[in-house]
Amino acid sequence: MQDEPTPTELIKAVADFLRNEITPVIKGHNAFKLRVGINALDLVTRQLALAPDGDAAEATRLSQLLGLQGPLGELNRALADRIAKGEMDLQTPGLSDHLWQTTMDKLAVDQPNYASYKRELESKGG
Amino acid sequence: MEQELGRCVASWCPGATGVVGAAKLSGGASQETWSFDIVRPGGNIGAILRRAPPGYGASPSRAAGLDAEATLMQLAHDAGLPSPRVMHVLTPQDEFGTGFIMQRIEGETIARKILRDAQFAKARPVLARQLGKVAAGIHGLPASKLPKLRQMTATREIADLEREYRSFDWPRPVFELALRWLGDHDPGPPQEVTLVHGDFRHGNLIIGPEGLRAVLDWELAHLGDPMEDLGWICVNSWRFGEIDKPVGGFGSREELFAGYEQGGRRADPDRVKFWEVMGTLRWGVMCCGMMQRFRAGPDHSMERAMIGRRSSETEIDLLRLLAPRGN
Repeated sequence: MQDEPTPTELIKAVADFLRNEITPVIKGHNAFKLRVGINALDLVTRQLALAPDGDAAEATRLSQLLGLQGPLGELNRALADRIAKGEMDLQTPGLSDHLWQTTMDKLAVDQPNYASYKRELESKGG
Repeated sequence: MEQELGRCVASWCPGATGVVGAAKLSGGASQETWSFDIVRPGGNIGAILRRAPPGYGASPSRAAGLDAEATLMQLAHDAGLPSPRVMHVLTPQDEFGTGFIMQRIEGETIARKILRDAQFAKARPVLARQLGKVAAGIHGLPASKLPKLRQMTATREIADLEREYRSFDWPRPVFELALRWLGDHDPGPPQEVTLVHGDFRHGNLIIGPEGLRAVLDWELAHLGDPMEDLGWICVNSWRFGEIDKPVGGFGSREELFAGYEQGGRRADPDRVKFWEVMGTLRWGVMCCGMMQRFRAGPDHSMERAMIGRRSSETEIDLLRLLAPRGN
């Protein structure tokens, strides 16, 4: 077992340092790159917090939808394959809800400020 | 660079005594854009060089090529469309690579400034209509004068996107859904095949406080369905948060179509929607491509890596288009 602080705590400490201490003294193109770097660290923090539950729920939904068991990547591959072959489409019960939930969970990690995501979040309460 | 440019400019620009203020605006190894001022007794001229340096002749397969870009820009300018005047096309005697030098047009290309800054408050309400009119002008450029360009169809574009997506070997059920939808809704050949700009969106439009000043970057120009340009400008990724204004975050489809009609052509809303879905998927696939290039190197940059994480934005936009939740 690894010791504390946790990866999340370490990344957050670095991101906060860059945001609060370094951002004010950097200019030009490097300021842009610094912002991208801080965004990346924030994304990793969100993924560490949200991905375990999100992935587990996604795998459960996929197993039900497909009638298959297996690792998440394989289940996604099976779903992609069935959609490509026309065996499943938006008329398939549960498919639209699954794709929406999965996509909302991705946006919560990738870009929680994306306007389309915020709109969908407001109108559906999550 | 200024000395080399000065020598080049002296050979065709009467009275030019040199070049100052040369600055590289963008560029990878194979293509560069430079801004500079030509010094003349009668007053300096702001200029832009777009070139492939010596040794980099070939352009990627989708690119029209720099000579074709120069011809298209000049054609657009001669037709009275907002386009920079081409001052010189590089020749082998210039020993400066291939490319061209054009007039520099001042203004803004950064979407966030155009959509938020007070100085563009008067431009925003008129832009969608202006873009419609200009698109009609581009689509009306005489076929007989066009350079040789690749011809694209919706069917071929779907196949290209599918091939590229499959090459990533990373399953994306939403992209699969979009590919199926595109295949099912392929509108077939358009009534009239025209010149298509191919990248008609923020970043390639110079905007001033009064409105559109120039359309740039004809790199992806081709022959095809003119509705492609109208669909591409409506892709949500170019709205920069202003999601209720489908045209570039500043206007409505109705305004765009009205301007298009004013320019003497009729928009086909169903085809535009088809190309909007195609464009959304295309940007998503491009984001995935950035991730691939980040991994493969040599451009191992954070920016590339983070663009890879933007493909999910196109997934939510595709779902909003194809499976709206009725909110």
